[in-house]
Amino acid sequence: MNADQTKPKPRVAFFDFTSCEGCQLTVVDSLQYHPELLDVIDIVEFREASSDRSDDYQIAFIEGSCSRASDEPRLRKIRETADIVVALGACAHLGGINAIRNRQNLQDVREYVYDGRAHWYETYEPRAISEVISVDAVVPGCPISGAEFVRVVKGLLLGRLLEPPDYPLCIECKLKENICVFDRGEICLGPITRAGCDAICPAYGAGCEGCRGIIPNPSMDAFYTVLREHGLSPANVETRLTLFLTNQVPANLAEEVAHV
Amino acid sequence: MSNLRIDIHHITRVEGHGNVVVDVQNGELQQCDLQIIETPRFFEAMLRGRPYQEASHITSRICGICAVGHATASLRATEKALGIEPTAQTKLLRRLNFIGEMLDSHVLHAYMLIAPDFLNVGSVIPLAKTAPDVVLRALRLKKLAGDTCKIICGRHTHPIAMTVGGFSHYPTAADLYALRDRYVAAGADVAATVELFQTLPMPQFSRDTEYIALYNPPHYGFIDGEIASTDGGAWLVEQYRDVTNEIMVPHSTAKHTAHQRESYMVGALARFNVNYNLLHPLALQAANALGIQPICTNPFMNTVAQVVEIVHCVEEGILLIDELLRREIAWEEPVEPTRLSGEGVGSCEVPRGILFHNYVIENGVIVGANCIIPTGQNLANIEADMRALVPTIMHKPQAEVAHALEMLVRAYDPCISCSTHLLNVAFV
Ligand code: SF4
Ligand code: SF4
Ligand code: SF4
Repeated sequence: MNADQTKPKPRVAFFDFTSCEGCQLTVVDSLQYHPELLDVIDIVEFREASSDRSDDYQIAFIEGSCSRASDEPRLRKIRETADIVVALGACAHLGGINAIRNRQNLQDVREYVYDGRAHWYETYEPRAISEVISVDAVVPGCPISGAEFVRVVKGLLLGRLLEPPDYPLCIECKLKENICVFDRGEICLGPITRAGCDAICPAYGAGCEGCRGIIPNPSMDAFYTVLREHGLSPANVETRLTLFLTNQVPANLAEEVAHV
Repeated sequence: MSNLRIDIHHITRVEGHGNVVVDVQNGELQQCDLQIIETPRFFEAMLRGRPYQEASHITSRICGICAVGHATASLRATEKALGIEPTAQTKLLRRLNFIGEMLDSHVLHAYMLIAPDFLNVGSVIPLAKTAPDVVLRALRLKKLAGDTCKIICGRHTHPIAMTVGGFSHYPTAADLYALRDRYVAAGADVAATVELFQTLPMPQFSRDTEYIALYNPPHYGFIDGEIASTDGGAWLVEQYRDVTNEIMVPHSTAKHTAHQRESYMVGALARFNVNYNLLHPLALQAANALGIQPICTNPFMNTVAQVVEIVHCVEEGILLIDELLRREIAWEEPVEPTRLSGEGVGSCEVPRGILFHNYVIENGVIVGANCIIPTGQNLANIEADMRALVPTIMHKPQAEVAHALEMLVRAYDPCISCSTHLLNVAFV
């Protein structure tokens, strides 16, 4: 009898809610680069990649935001079934890009896109998965980092829930010796954003958009000071803070930043 | 069999969520719908009030697999609105980036979503054990595609370095030389791909329809150009509404698109039919070997057209890299807008077909947006195919009919996650 038969492999399922499926595609890529993972886990549901389906699983990865009331029972069922629920990517972790519209009037949003057909489409303000059910771990980012996903899976197999870094992106960015985006006269959310992506956006000449979420206890004062030092008004940062972080920042953000 | 009822929930191995509903009563096809059950995304509303610089970053999130295409169409719409003409270098880099995305998507679709149907497995995962050489080949090609996007724009899923008017990062000559070597070496994998698909028996089915694609000679049109049809005629991308005109159909509450007939097809097969003469010679050879000629009217051959495009893209990749190396990559600041208000339409061919972004910008802020994506345009055509296909196979066992319909839908490579604004759930 070989080891496989004595110790059952954990059964892992993937679910997608409102999303671009980019995180799932990153998972497909990562699994292909790490086929050893397929020897130690059993993927029982992965609609994007497989026709197999099952309701018996221990670990659930959830991609996408919850964007309608009818998503909630589906989420609760996953919570009841799985021992461990992991939010995969910014949509699931933060509400992400889907939540941009939460600062607009919902009915207006529906009518703008669907005109007289607005009532055909069930929707509400998109929210993070943790706003609906409890979540045990997150793989942040938009898209997720494949390497981090693999680390999280390996951690789970060892019985550990890995936490993403809690220090700001700037630390990672400095280690990479990138030219600071502020020195190009543009805004970067690096000082308040959770590290772990290897500062990929500054490395490619773009400012960080905060897709990995805000660090615990961010120093907003210091951040606004940096903005001012570079001749940027804090008000300029408002749209940036509402790309991925709409559900994390106060609704009256504009007034708040105007008063700092 | 005189009665047949099929209700496929959640078609697997497609992007997004879709249902197929077929109802045959006493040998008569009563209903045959492809229903889209994805939640609406509301991207057009999300764009309103955002600075124009953010549009491509937001809209790349419409679809993780066509992210470069959405970003490019978005940048073109913005640039046209603001009177920006990108440099020759920017155009070359964008085209090379496109090659990366096209290859990635086609390899994913052909190898991982389609091949399992022929090899009688539910997914590509068991193939890693039973046919490791096939899977490894697909992975090598996918890695080449991914690395192409990585050196140009940072990553494929949600490009970073592409900005309005240009780029914020450039590959080095060393990056390009290394990439060129890999494109040349990929020739063997490409040849093996053509051989593999020569052996996979595509279902024999054909239905004549209109095929629509961008046409931009001398290039096999991926970015810009005119909208061309196999039924004849060409339209400016600014006239996209005349082509895609959305129509209400009585059998379903979904809006469909139709141009000169009741439906049209976009995607690899449409591009192949419209742009055949612009294919690289090696791709023409591959087409010959694969038994596909324009005008091919078998929708299952869409995958074969993708394989032809894989050959074309690898050869085109080498030509583009050579051109970039010959000119020597120079650091260029993105071209500045000449005005901050205006309207523009951007169009490109993402792997699944022609895509339009249309923005109205006022003082640098987006005030109106419309995005038309490929799958929405294909829906009416998929349904017309299903209606033509079902009567020819409805004597077969239900499971077989269901499988054939799933294969048909999958052949279109539908990206349902981004298609919802043209669609709607058909209530039964
Ligand atoms: S987090 Fe980003 S990449 Fe992942 S599903 Fe959401 S939009 Fe797509
Ligand atoms: S580019 Fe951004 S992350 Fe990097 S050092 Fe500057 S502010 Fe920090
Ligand atoms: S740099 Fe910022 S926006 Fe870019 S991936 Fe990292 S956390 Fe996300």
